[in-house]
Amino acid sequence: MIVDGHDVAAEPRPGQCLRTFLRSAGHLAPKKGCDAGDCGACTVLVDGEARHSCLVPAVRAGDAEVTTAAGLGTPEHPHPVQRAFLDARGFQCGFCTAGYVVTAAAIAESDDATVDPDVALKGNLCRCTGYRSVRDALARAGITREQTGPEHTGTGVGGSPPPPAGPDVVTGRAAYTLDLPGDHAGLAVLHLAVLQSPHSHARVVRIDTSAAEALPGVHLVLTHRDDPGVLFSTARHDSRLDDPDDTRVLDDVVRFAGQRVAAVVAESPAVAEAALALLAVDYEVLPAVLDPDEAREPGAPLVHGDKDAATSRIADPSANLVAATTGEVPHSGAVDAALATAAHRVGGTFRTSRVSQAALETHGARAWMEDGRLVVRTSSQVPFLVRDELAHVLGLERDAVRVTTGRVGGGFGGKQEMLVEDLVGLAVLRLAERGDHRAVQWELTREQQVTLVPGRHPFRVAVELGCDADGVLSAMSLDVRSDTGAYGNHAVGVLFHGVHESVAMYRCPAKRVLGEAVYTHTVPAGAFRGYGLGQVAFAIESALDDLARAAGLSPAEIRRRNVVVPGDALVVNGPPTTDIELSGDGLHQCLDLAEAALAEGGAEPAPGPGWLVGEGLAAAMIATIPPRGHHAEARVTLAVDGSVEVAVGSAEFGNGSATVHVQLVAEALAAHGVDPAAIRLRAGDTDATSYDTGAFGSTGSVVAGGAVHAAAQDLAARLAAGERPAPDAPLIGLGEHHGDPRAAAYNVHAVRVAVHPPTGEVRVLRSIHAADAGRVLNPEQLRGQVEGGVAMGYGSALAEEVRLVDGVVTTRTLRDYRFPQVGQVPHTRVLLAETTDPLGPYGAKSMSEAPYNPVAPAVANAVRDATGVRPHALPMTRDRVWRLLQEDRAR
Amino acid sequence: MDLTTVTSHRPARGRGDLALAPGESLLAGGTWLFSEPQPTTTGLVDLTTLGWPDTEPLPDGGLRLAATCPVAVLRDLGPEPCRQAAEALLMSWKVAAVATVGGNLCLALPAGAVTSLTAGLGAEAVVWTPDGGERREPVDRFVRGVRRTSLAPGEVLRAVDLPAGWDAAGATWFGRVSLTDHGRSGAVVVAHRSPSGALRVVVTAATTRPVLVDPADPTASLAAVDCWYDDVHGAPDWRAAVTADLVAQALAALGGAP
Repeated sequence: MIVDGHDVAAEPRPGQCLRTFLRSAGHLAPKKGCDAGDCGACTVLVDGEARHSCLVPAVRAGDAEVTTAAGLGTPEHPHPVQRAFLDARGFQCGFCTAGYVVTAAAIAESDDATVDPDVALKGNLCRCTGYRSVRDALARAGITREQTGPEHTGTGVGGSPPPPAGPDVVTGRAAYTLDLPGDHAGLAVLHLAVLQSPHSHARVVRIDTSAAEALPGVHLVLTHRDDPGVLFSTARHDSRLDDPDDTRVLDDVVRFAGQRVAAVVAESPAVAEAALALLAVDYEVLPAVLDPDEAREPGAPLVHGDKDAATSRIADPSANLVAATTGEVPHSGAVDAALATAAHRVGGTFRTSRVSQAALETHGARAWMEDGRLVVRTSSQVPFLVRDELAHVLGLERDAVRVTTGRVGGGFGGKQEMLVEDLVGLAVLRLAERGDHRAVQWELTREQQVTLVPGRHPFRVAVELGCDADGVLSAMSLDVRSDTGAYGNHAVGVLFHGVHESVAMYRCPAKRVLGEAVYTHTVPAGAFRGYGLGQVAFAIESALDDLARAAGLSPAEIRRRNVVVPGDALVVNGPPTTDIELSGDGLHQCLDLAEAALAEGGAEPAPGPGWLVGEGLAAAMIATIPPRGHHAEARVTLAVDGSVEVAVGSAEFGNGSATVHVQLVAEALAAHGVDPAAIRLRAGDTDATSYDTGAFGSTGSVVAGGAVHAAAQDLAARLAAGERPAPDAPLIGLGEHHGDPRAAAYNVHAVRVAVHPPTGEVRVLRSIHAADAGRVLNPEQLRGQVEGGVAMGYGSALAEEVRLVDGVVTTRTLRDYRFPQVGQVPHTRVLLAETTDPLGPYGAKSMSEAPYNPVAPAVANAVRDATGVRPHALPMTRDRVWRLLQEDRAR
Repeated sequence: MDLTTVTSHRPARGRGDLALAPGESLLAGGTWLFSEPQPTTTGLVDLTTLGWPDTEPLPDGGLRLAATCPVAVLRDLGPEPCRQAAEALLMSWKVAAVATVGGNLCLALPAGAVTSLTAGLGAEAVVWTPDGGERREPVDRFVRGVRRTSLAPGEVLRAVDLPAGWDAAGATWFGRVSLTDHGRSGAVVVAHRSPSGALRVVVTAATTRPVLVDPADPTASLAAVDCWYDDVHGAPDWRAAVTADLVAQALAALGGAP
């Protein structure tokens, strides 16, 4: 086989796919997003024809000439299609890009002059961009007839320079987590695989590992007998006390179907898998509770009945209760009294589904020993927090652990957990004890991303709202129950955050919020974009829509009359939050912008006879930084040759922080003659700087960026004072940020839809998103973040769902999960409020998670407007919308 | 993905090579086989090395599609319903270039659009029997249920024969509903008027196996359906409702409205 012009002498194994063959030969451009032909990230040219290399039997390509993204062009001389993706900023994390450029290059070479992207690119999935910038890239490449976007220019703040890694991303050279050679320090890398529980709740009575251990090529088998005995949480926060200690590396009790039972380390993934089949496990099957309401009934099977409430920090393990909040302001009984006298009152119970973050790069890590330290390279948003917890669980000093990232292929909250690092770390330590210093690697399958890895918490929210005759809120009542599944990772934070900004956004004299996070014997939920706000907003923003209707106000007007403004207290169900400082009129600007843009030029006509057209709007507020501490330190170093290194702990995972960090430094040092092209970033490494809480809670710009900004200003001040770098003494600027006080960012989504009652189809006719992100640091990147969040919002609103039958996940592939394809995501017009935040760098606010939150309620409100029937559950798939209208007709 | 249990890959050169050893599976395009774990498969027998022509005209004016004919070849045959069927498949064009007509039929997923089209046209499956013989069976009976065909052990699908008139202009109507525009089909109805004037209406995707609808009494036909399909790509009550609409559209389009 000839690959990118190089001879590959190795012989493919029978049953091997071309993707792994190429990668094991060191050709790392083709990525594994799904390994099932759905995502296209592994696309290569086989004798000039584009193929998903995961589906090609490698044997068949034995005599072929194969071209990967790396063979199409180089950073210096990119293929025209690669140039188009770079110019269009047609990627964020970029994990899908190597597949896109190859696919697009094949189309460009074909007889078809232009193609319909909805059809031609339906086999290339992107989770980050929402596809608009990808469409722009395809248009620039001349393979679609769509309009091309504007040129992106600038280097400092307010410009849209290309991401520093852009040329490497589009040419397949950017190194993601496991884009590593097959050997490490001259030794072959070992591979780890896990046995997953078939039962929702069971005790492991016996594991016979002898047959597996006897299989040639097997080097280690780990079971609960090897567990270090430390309870921890996979969730990572600045304080490890934020999450309950309820998890073990390997437990003798399994609490969900899919939980890891044992691990095998072997010379290849195939041998490791074969060994799994040889493990003989006897389970004592225990009663399981799969429904959060049943879990709270007296006598329900207990998920963590064996835990101590105080030491594990579980609210009530004897009642499956992880966390609870109960409170009413200004006093008990106030809400019922206010509801009783309200001019208008509405209510309903709303449900959201399980959703997968579905970052294109699955979780994975490689670990090894180096100079007596455990080194773990992993796909993480929080390398420092993983380092600290790994040290805690494995009984090591913090300095004895180093955690690094490559480029991270998407996160969306899913990588704010420690899910693979503990097991590879334990394996490496065990092997090292025996004098075996080989590295161990574990790469999750796409199936494991939904059966083993936490997704979004399903919520049930009962809401009641009351207002006076003018539509001014007089009472808000929420009864919230989240299903955290078998482990409480992020259960507390998601519950409390979920009811925070969603409720605090409204000024209302009487508020009551009862909330519970509940254990069930199902796959755990965890951190997901929006962190609970979207689930609660779906309920509140839907009910508020009904209240507007009752009060005779427009959806924008009822919000104008009730949202908080600077000077208002932020209240949920107790004392006000005091560390969020409101400023400006961004939310009112967003409401005005969205309302006007939806009305502009009048409504689109219905797509055909029988279609019903309606409009909807919803708003959301989010704090720019998570509560309870978020810290970053940064160092900007100017060498005597004029080069600048920016060291920051935060990892780049498609959030664009790398681009913004370089811009911040370029801006601060522009007056000192520093060439923006000479600025290099060193990030995502616990050895690079002293500390960084990590990239979650949309903190890449405001916290890590705040630290970089401070460090760059420190350096600028030194230069202004006449200091200069010397050959042996570079000039260093230091900065830090501690996430306090915080600001608030706003998002308003407005949409016009058409609903087709015979099929239940909901078609988006116009999609508007207005955001207040403060001063815009990088307009194109901000737009991309908004579009990506909105696209994910449409996915959750209309299509995506992780389904369980008897506790077992049935949506195990991206096609069954209904991951949004390019043709499924409507174009969204993005509008920006003009504000400047007094707290953020150059007046900026955060904007990664937030655009997701108001989308589902806006769509639901539009469906209600079109049909007269209120949807109460997500996703609003066509079969559900159809049935909703049928049931309404039957009534 | 890697099929980690597979230890042999055997190209078939003649009919004699098609006798499968225990654990062996036939490999055509491989696009489904390599898309899911196949823990019981230990060997692959490659059909594509047999060199069957993708298409062959039949003496009666029909067209033979080899089991190994790529879906993309079917898509590009010309008539609009062929393109519609190929695009109804969730697979991308990169997959369609290698996925085969026979693979789609033998996989026997309800949403298999090759099943939809060929059953709709009244095509016949040509099956090689292990004794060296051949049997023929209408596609709507060849596909028996979800992931189930009439193939007995040792039998191999050789081809599917489209009847004369398969490509007559305006003779075929193809309609589809799914939960997402380019996702897996939730209901497909194909109607076809043969040169003799007979009207044929076939439901797939919405049902676990192809269902023939009596154009003279579609309401009764649909009421009698006992195999509405239930999976993540659509609830059975919704599938039944949208199917009834598709059937009505098909009859209106081909002038068969009762």
